[in-house]
Amino acid sequence: MAATATREEIESRVFSALEEFGAEPDQINPDASFESLDIDSLDLVELAQIVEDDYSVQLKGEDMEDVKTVRQAVDLVVSKLG
Amino acid sequence: MGGMNGRPDGSALVTGASRGIGAAIAKALAREGWPVGVNYRTDEDGANAVVDAITKAGGRAKALQGDVADPGTADALFSALEEEFGPVLVLVNNAGVRADGLAPMIDDDDWDRVVDTNLSAAFRLTRRALRPMIRSRYGRIVNIASIVGAVRGNAGQANYAASKAGLVAMTRTVAAEVARRGVTVNAVAPGLIETDMTEGIADNLLEHVPAQRAGTPEEVAECVRFLASDGAAYVTGVCLTVDGGLTA
Repeated sequence: MAATATREEIESRVFSALEEFGAEPDQINPDASFESLDIDSLDLVELAQIVEDDYSVQLKGEDMEDVKTVRQAVDLVVSKLG
Repeated sequence: MGGMNGRPDGSALVTGASRGIGAAIAKALAREGWPVGVNYRTDEDGANAVVDAITKAGGRAKALQGDVADPGTADALFSALEEEFGPVLVLVNNAGVRADGLAPMIDDDDWDRVVDTNLSAAFRLTRRALRPMIRSRYGRIVNIASIVGAVRGNAGQANYAASKAGLVAMTRTVAAEVARRGVTVNAVAPGLIETDMTEGIADNLLEHVPAQRAGTPEEVAECVRFLASDGAAYVTGVCLTVDGGLTA
């Protein structure tokens, strides 16, 4: 589904991944910071892997450095697909 | 037979498995029900013999040529195994080389060759292994170190000792990073084991071994089998010496 995924689909996938990592479902929203969701660096590594598997998007460590919120993560994937 | 005892389906990769300790480890993991990738660099006949032995015993195995010191090899080995047997959930970094000499006589090539194969290759294979293991919430990485470097020095092996000490440090560090995803990373440090690689150095060491004999590849493989088992889920970041009491 590479390149055809909509922003909504990507956001939904990121939300489900965060829930799988243990974030409280009612706390997950685009403006939530990973810190507030207790999402740590290893979770972000796994998120990058999920995105890579599902959308064929390669995320490098430097890409992820400035990603602090859910929206920023979705933006990053959308921009890579664009 | 993956899936028994609740572990996920997948495969095992053993580097340097055409003979010696690696061959014994490949056979031991196959007996545990893992389909095994039997990596070799040059000894194709040896690797095929290991695959035949596993197949005759009712297991599954595949010989995989590749020099792990080559940066492209890790992905090639994993992709081949993933295609045939599913995700690699057990990685045994066993491939190792020696190029002995007193420090003034070790040239850059001898240094690089030993560090590339024994340490850098193990890192690349570990890096490639981790993402699928993290996603599977299951993984076992076992690094074959040595009492040389990991526990003590040994004149004439500065390159080898440095590579093995580095391997143990990497083991501990990565173990801490991934423990909460059900992935364990451990090392096994053999002492004097009867293999082609230790031929000629056994005699002067033997008198220092409390067990008064050299160990066998199978005795090392048994430790790896344990560390790779479900039962060792809470053992991570350790370096298990298998040396008949040599470093006791």
